Amino acid sequence: MNEAERLVELIPRLRRYARALVGDRATADDLVQDTLERAWAKLHLYRRGTDLRAWLFTVMHNVHVNRVRAARATDPLEEEMPELAQRASQGDALLVRDLDRAIARLPSEQRAVLLLVTLEEMSYETVARTLEIPIGTVMSRLSRAREKLRAMMLGQGATRLKVVK
Amino acid sequence: MSEARQPGEGELQAYADDRVDPEQKATIDRWLAEHPDEAARIEEYRKLGNDLRALYDPVLEERVPARLTRPVGGGRRWLPVALAALWLVLGIAIGAVSGWQLHEWRSPAAVTMDSPAVMARRAALAHATYSPEVRHPVEVGADQEQHLVTWLSKRLGTKVRVPRLDEAGMSFVGGRLLPGESGPVAQFMYQTPAGRRITLYVRAEARGQRETAFRYSRENNVGVFYWIDRDCGYALASGDLSKDELQRVATLIYKQFE
Repeated sequence: MNEAERLVELIPRLRRYARALVGDRATADDLVQDTLERAWAKLHLYRRGTDLRAWLFTVMHNVHVNRVRAARATDPLEEEMPELAQRASQGDALLVRDLDRAIARLPSEQRAVLLLVTLEEMSYETVARTLEIPIGTVMSRLSRAREKLRAMMLGQGATRLKVVK
Repeated sequence: MSEARQPGEGELQAYADDRVDPEQKATIDRWLAEHPDEAARIEEYRKLGNDLRALYDPVLEERVPARLTRPVGGGRRWLPVALAALWLVLGIAIGAVSGWQLHEWRSPAAVTMDSPAVMARRAALAHATYSPEVRHPVEVGADQEQHLVTWLSKRLGTKVRVPRLDEAGMSFVGGRLLPGESGPVAQFMYQTPAGRRITLYVRAEARGQRETAFRYSRENNVGVFYWIDRDCGYALASGDLSKDELQRVATLIYKQFE
């Protein structure tokens, strides 16, 4: 299987990560589309034999960071919920109805680490390489993300997600 | 027995992810046995992980939108290119025909871009508005069900069906058309012999989107189960059913549409 075919196989995983990262379907797929366009254009830079998935998620991470930055530059109101982020850091048990909303309230750099570890089941080393941060930072972000999420979901036992089928 | 060594925070995180070797695991197990609060915290992290996967893994099963598989690579990728071109031509043709017939640029089945959570909120609002109505709970009553179905299907641009909830002790009252985020939506109402009402909110979804996870939310005392199944998004709302009761009804509806 060549790189192009393997890349296509990874699209559902990119979509899953993007959905969890940005929330709604359309925005997530926009992110995936931008990522793929960039990845196709840069595929010649990918070094054979290295981890294609990590490479692709790095591309997505960079595209995401640029998109968030661009959105902020054009619309200052698009900042990531400063009020909520502040409240979360004060440690209140927020009344968050759904896990996806709680996820959306995590600082984006913590969210990325948690999702790569939990959904992609990447090793901590791979996460560090993918996000281009030291492994110590991976561990501290993971720990903080989980603790914040736990605090937000506390008292929410009754609304825990149930999936049928 | 000597006191177990306190593991570092990083070790505990790795333990929650099942990424410690057996020896490390034994040490941490021993320490957690003596520290129930920490054990509960780590258990909560594991549960969060499971919930996260339950929430997002269904995305892996969704059909990938065509715009993402549009091939760019060279070589023997002509077939997907040809297929994509064919779809494009078909899409333009269908768009032109429906545009002509409807004398407008967007068909009623226009893609709904807003999130399911928005749908749940609007469904709760619609429920709170219409379910207490004594004289005019619906626009078209159950006695004209066929007319109702034809009318709503036409307005939503997708085939709408009325699920039977007799098994849950609910009889069909009727339905109405409502304005949605990005097009008309339908609301069906049911009630128990005691007069407790539930409403089912139905909207058209973009083609090829398939999501089967049930989600639950509560908006001002109205509980809502919502999900997306093929061409339609559904939100089942009730003010007085328990979450479990409501989920049973949601499951009943889901199964009928399979």
